[in-house]
Amino acid sequence: MTSPFADRDARIALFQKWFSDTIPHSKALGLKVIDARRGFASMQLDWREELVGNPETGVLAGGPLTAMLDGCCGMAVATMLKEPKPFATLDLRIDYVRPATPGKAVIAEAECYRVTNSVAFTRAFAHHGDAKDPIAAAAGTFMLGTKGIVTRAQSIGAEPKI
Amino acid sequence: MSSLLERLAEARKAGDVGLLAEAIPYARWMRIAPENGIGELLTRMRYHDGLIGNTFLPALHGGTLGAMLEMTAIFHLLWETETETVPKIVNITVDYLRSARPVDVIARATVTKQGRRMVNVFAEAWQDDRSKPVATANAHFLVKSSDDAPPSL
Repeated sequence: MTSPFADRDARIALFQKWFSDTIPHSKALGLKVIDARRGFASMQLDWREELVGNPETGVLAGGPLTAMLDGCCGMAVATMLKEPKPFATLDLRIDYVRPATPGKAVIAEAECYRVTNSVAFTRAFAHHGDAKDPIAAAAGTFMLGTKGIVTRAQSIGAEPKI
Repeated sequence: MSSLLERLAEARKAGDVGLLAEAIPYARWMRIAPENGIGELLTRMRYHDGLIGNTFLPALHGGTLGAMLEMTAIFHLLWETETETVPKIVNITVDYLRSARPVDVIARATVTKQGRRMVNVFAEAWQDDRSKPVATANAHFLVKSSDDAPPSL
């Protein structure tokens, strides 16, 4: 039997479902999953007038980027968990290195580079398509084995061949 | 002059800090607005279903707490300090202390250090019990630089 995660398009569709469409705030932002594999996650946020922080310039507010980077880092963590367990963001640092260009979509790329029993470590960049020219850089840590039941998203790393 | 600074002047004249939120599309969309409090400026994020990050607990999305702490700091800088420019965020570190339930979130900010160009702000958010914050944040803002040069203290 082939894994539903073996095919890239099918895998992205499943991640889209569990990490955006069924998470109300991610859905409200319109986050699109563009890639996911073991230890790596990428999402896209399209520019919208209602996400603007400064109406004079049309530059996106920091908030939508914070939410996308948090979600993208969390998705990278989920890809690393061989045993399903609930997790939650412990802290998230974001450096806003330059303003996002109005009208342009923002892409986030997150890497989960280390998982211990209790903590997962991630880093991420947001950019307009050229990762060498970032808009924001992020570092997030996640507490593993927190209270509550495991969500479908949090058990996705246990699937073979992701 | 930016429309936000014009709105700030109007809000000061009317004595209604809530007018500030109306000038920011993202604040309106998120239902984040400062409130005229007694002696201190509080910012409230009104609960709506679009804030949820975990439908099973249920809990608010961590990103919404980071976003509202950042807005709280911006409203504080606009209203409580003598800023001549819209504060430009340099970075923010958010600590998540408790999962946030599906009710309103309230936050306040304090300036830890005011420099000529750089301000260090602390903000904390809570729900029903102020002694049990759900998240705190430290952030740096550029306040008077007109260029895009990297910040230097």
